[in-house]
Amino acid sequence: MQTSEDRLRGLLLRGLAGDPVAYQAFLRDLAAHLRAFLRKRLARLPDEVEDLVQESLLAVHNQRHTYDPAQPLTAWVVALARYKLIDLLRRRSRQDLLHDPIDEDSDQLAVADGEAEQARRDLAKLLDTLPERQRVPIVCVKLEGLTVAETAQRTGMSESAVKVGIHRGLKTLAARIRSTT
Amino acid sequence: MKTDELISLLASGEEAVDTRTPRRAGALALLAGLAVSLAVMAVALGVRSNLAEEAHWPQFWTREAFCAALAGIGLVCVRRLSVPGARLGLAPLALAVPVAAMWLLAGAALVEAEPAQRMALVLGQTARVCALLIAVVAAPVFVAVIWALRCFAPTRLRLAGAAAGLAAGGAGALVYSLHCPELAPPFLAVWYVLGMLIPVAVGALLGPRLLRW
Repeated sequence: MQTSEDRLRGLLLRGLAGDPVAYQAFLRDLAAHLRAFLRKRLARLPDEVEDLVQESLLAVHNQRHTYDPAQPLTAWVVALARYKLIDLLRRRSRQDLLHDPIDEDSDQLAVADGEAEQARRDLAKLLDTLPERQRVPIVCVKLEGLTVAETAQRTGMSESAVKVGIHRGLKTLAARIRSTT
Repeated sequence: MKTDELISLLASGEEAVDTRTPRRAGALALLAGLAVSLAVMAVALGVRSNLAEEAHWPQFWTREAFCAALAGIGLVCVRRLSVPGARLGLAPLALAVPVAAMWLLAGAALVEAEPAQRMALVLGQTARVCALLIAVVAAPVFVAVIWALRCFAPTRLRLAGAAAGLAAGGAGALVYSLHCPELAPPFLAVWYVLGMLIPVAVGALLGPRLLRW
């Protein structure tokens, strides 16, 4: 990640300043780095990699206000991804205590290369479980591409309620991921 | 949902992010917690009547500086631990300075005192309640600091919880000292330290549960 530090950092700072195109480029670039980072560390659980890439991206988005431009971006991202990785391993070990232990052989057979981009968990389905005041603003602004003002007009919510709904909704989404894994 | 779809979802309609808002909210929460803590102390315990007189004594300010230093170090640790990847640096080591200084003062006071009076210096008049009352007065600040931390993304939850406890414990001791009649270093070195350790222990214990994100 070292070499792309400056590039990623520049894109994120532009994103934080309100440039969605730069922000999207940042996330896309970051996803590739995260995938490599996590694939190396989840060698025994390859099926979890893409889910964790998505969970980490959501975490980066939800916590983007905590990035201090004076701090190296790599340190921030790695600490965040490692936190999510440890969280996943903890959740899994708790599950494994409850259910059958992982059978190592079948685990190795389950290696699905090339399918790496396929997440097992469907975030779209989880999105449907959010409360209306969070789901509707996310669908309007984030999926249908309406502006906050248009969404407010269409739904009768205030503009700040729309923004709060998106913000809280994405946090709820992260919480749902934690409780359903 | 494919990862690319998630990325477009996250990026679309993005507006500028004000990174100062959560910091401001955290500072406000801290002030509110401190105000509640002051109110609890003033109503339930009462401010000492001779406070204005005590303010002329150096021991009074030694005690205040001791509490304030620990609260300040706790707050610095909280700030550093609130963000992924930030380093704690020398802050935990700095902790040793006020504690060692207070223990040295206490040791000197005990050596100087008549052997028969040493126990009285350590126990003061309020040894039984002091630590517990500090913890009670610290509670509102503790809640505020935890709430503020939840607006951020600590990754070392046990440590962050303990740091929150230290900040709250130091602030709680500072507030409680406006009621407390004890000024002797041997007393402070034991009971104040113990009182501050209670929220630290609670924070370390509950951190992983309270601060998870």
